[in-house]
Amino acid sequence: MAEETRATTAPPESGGAPAEGHSQRPGPRGPRPGGGPGGPREGGRKYFRRKKVCKFCVEKIESINYKDVRLLAQFVAESGKIVPRRLTGVCTPHQRRLSSAIKQARNIALLPFAGRIN
Amino acid sequence: MNRTYELMFIVRPDMVEEDLDKLISTLETAVSSTGGTVKSVERMGKRRLAYTVRRFHDGMYVLLTVEGSGGLIHELERRLRVTEPVLKFLTVRIDEEQKRLEKIKKIREARKKTSAAPAAPAEGGETAAVTA
Repeated sequence: MAEETRATTAPPESGGAPAEGHSQRPGPRGPRPGGGPGGPREGGRKYFRRKKVCKFCVEKIESINYKDVRLLAQFVAESGKIVPRRLTGVCTPHQRRLSSAIKQARNIALLPFAGRIN
Repeated sequence: MNRTYELMFIVRPDMVEEDLDKLISTLETAVSSTGGTVKSVERMGKRRLAYTVRRFHDGMYVLLTVEGSGGLIHELERRLRVTEPVLKFLTVRIDEEQKRLEKIKKIREARKKTSAAPAAPAEGGETAAVTA
């Protein structure tokens, strides 16, 4: 499950964000050549990015429990890291609960601290 | 001050069933002697651990739901720490979470009722204002 979320969400983020930062740095600090704020960037986008939604809000999952390993594993990367909000689209209150649940699950050996379950 | 806790612990996989029964019963007596109550005992069976603990790859998981004070939990955790075959344990307080879930459930049911019966104009107006 973690592989899926990574495969769909990670590439556009990792491809887009650093490149933008680099292209803006050497340019003049004055008025932006593109005109309106964010205008050219929106136009230059070649693919349609789906709006991410919080899984817990949409499916109305209220309890984020440390025992529910199958749910939590969807938000843990292969390396064992908690996948950040900007990649999964989980809203802030739910991400807070989610991260504490993952940490509890790690403590009782339901989820790994690092690496895959082998 | 009575609170509800969930006590999950892992014992080594090669532990004999009778020993586990004995351990659980001693924990239960410890709970009742300190003025708490055991709500449920659930044996989740043998499971693969996510990482090795004391060179074990598997463990037997036991879940204990207990109602009582903080002192009781202190005593239980001390016992678990002393007991040799227990690999790991985790205590989580669950009463506040349960309260929150019940509240949400109630709100949802109330909302369902108001949407099913639009005869009540005052309540309908209120919900409309909230949603707007």
